[in-house]
Amino acid sequence: MPANLPAPGKELRITPIRNGTVVDHIPSGLALEVLKVLKVESLDRDSTVSVALHVRSQRMGWKDIVKVENMELSAPKSNAIALIAPTATISIIRDYKVREKHPVSLPDRLVGVLTCPNPNCITNHGEPVESEFEVVRRRPLAVRCAYCERSMEEFLPHLAR
Amino acid sequence: MSLQGRDVISIRDLSRTEILEVLNAARHLIPVAEGKKRLTTLEGRLLALAFFEPSTRTRLSFEAAMQRMGGQTITIADPSVSSVSKGESLSDTIRMLSCYADAVVLRHPFEGASRLAAQLSDKPVINAGDGAGQHPTQTLLDLATMLERFDTLSGLKVVLMGDLRYGRTVHSLAHALGVFGAELVLSSPASLRLPEEVRRDLDQMGSKVREEEQLERAIKDADVLYVTRIQKERFGDLAEYARVSGSYRFDPALLSKVKSTFIVMHPLPRVAEIPPEVDRTPHAAYFRQAFLAVPVRMALLSLILAGKTGVRGGG
Repeated sequence: MPANLPAPGKELRITPIRNGTVVDHIPSGLALEVLKVLKVESLDRDSTVSVALHVRSQRMGWKDIVKVENMELSAPKSNAIALIAPTATISIIRDYKVREKHPVSLPDRLVGVLTCPNPNCITNHGEPVESEFEVVRRRPLAVRCAYCERSMEEFLPHLAR
Repeated sequence: MSLQGRDVISIRDLSRTEILEVLNAARHLIPVAEGKKRLTTLEGRLLALAFFEPSTRTRLSFEAAMQRMGGQTITIADPSVSSVSKGESLSDTIRMLSCYADAVVLRHPFEGASRLAAQLSDKPVINAGDGAGQHPTQTLLDLATMLERFDTLSGLKVVLMGDLRYGRTVHSLAHALGVFGAELVLSSPASLRLPEEVRRDLDQMGSKVREEEQLERAIKDADVLYVTRIQKERFGDLAEYARVSGSYRFDPALLSKVKSTFIVMHPLPRVAEIPPEVDRTPHAAYFRQAFLAVPVRMALLSLILAGKTGVRGGG
C-alpha cells in the first residue's frame, strides 16, 4: 500500500470545519431532507456544506452525515430534525473542536416547525399565527395541532419551510 | 376549578365534574327557559355572537339563553355585511368584539378558529362550531337530553348512526360518552366511519366500542340512537350519495324491536334520515334535545360570566 494513503476505513471523507454544526447519525437517505430543514441555500459561499450519504456505521449499519460551516442550529431547526431523523446527533464545532454534542430531542410542544396538514385549519388561512403542535405519543411519534386538533404521524411533507 | 371567566373551545376543556356542574345547573334552569320563572343573573352583561357560517338553532338558542338570564346580545349574523367582507382577519374581528362585549360566541368555517380567538380575546370565548371540528355546547345539550331521560350516562348503550367521519357533533359526543363510561355502537357506511384518531382516543380511555353496520342489530338493547345527517356536499359522486343516504334512513318499523325507554336523537336539521312518523312516538327525543339547548347554554353562560346561575340548587 502506498505510504501517502490512509489505512482502510480511515479515509477522510469529509474535511473538518472550523466553526459550525455537524449532524451525524441521520438515517441513511434522509440527509437531503435535513439540508432542506437547515436551509443551506441561504448560506453564503464562504460556508462549506458537506454531505455524506450511505456511510458505514457500527450503531446504525448505514447513516448519513451533514456538516455545515458557520451555522449553529436554532431550536426550531433542531426540533424539525428530531421529527424526521430521531436518531441524529448534533455537534457544535468551534475552532475545530467539538464544544457541544447531544442527540436531538423533541420537546412536548412544537411551535413554527410544521404546517398543519388540514387545509381547513385556521393556521392555513392567512391569520397572524404560528403553527403549534403537541406531542401526543412518542413511539410511534404522533403530534396534534393545538388549533384544529388534527393528529399526524407523517412529518416530511409538512415541515415548515 | 371554577368555570368563571373560562373559554370553552373543545369538550376536552371541561372535566367530568365541570360537565356535570353545567348539566345540573341546566336542569334547574328549565323553568326559566320555559318562561315560567324570571332571572336577572346576567343583567348588564353583553354577549357578542359572531357567526361566520349560517346557523339557526345555535344562534337563536344562545340569544334566547342570554336574554332569558337578563343579558343582552350583539350579533354578526351575516359576515357579508360586516368588515369581514372588506378582508378583515378573524384575529382583528375578535380583538374588536372582545373590547365591546363580556364574552364572545364564535361559529367559523375553519377548524381551530375558536382556539385562535381564545388566545387573542381577553374575554371568554365559546366555540359554537368550527368547520368540521368541535361543537362543545352541542355535546353538552346532547348529554343533557340523555341524562334527563335516563338519570345517568354511565353504562348507557348509545348507537351513533350516519356520517361519523365528517359530522362535527359526533366526534365531541363520542369523546364525552367515553369519559362517562357509555357503551358505543358505531353504525355507518364504510366510507363514513369514525376517523381512526377518534377511535384511538376512545380505545385509550378504555371505552367499550363496536361497529355494527346493520342498524337493526345495532339498536337491539340500545338506549339511544343518535342519528346524524349524511351531507350531500361531502360526496363527489351523487349516485354514491343517493345509495348511502338511502340506506341510512331510520325505518319506523324498527321501533317495534326496541326497548320501551329507547330514544332517537338528532342534532337537526334533518333531511330524510328520520321520517315524520317517528315524531309522534314517545321515542322521539330530538325536539326536546333542541329545547334543552336553551337551558344548557343559559347554565354555561351564567357560570362563565357570573360564576353562578342564581337559581337555588343550580350552582
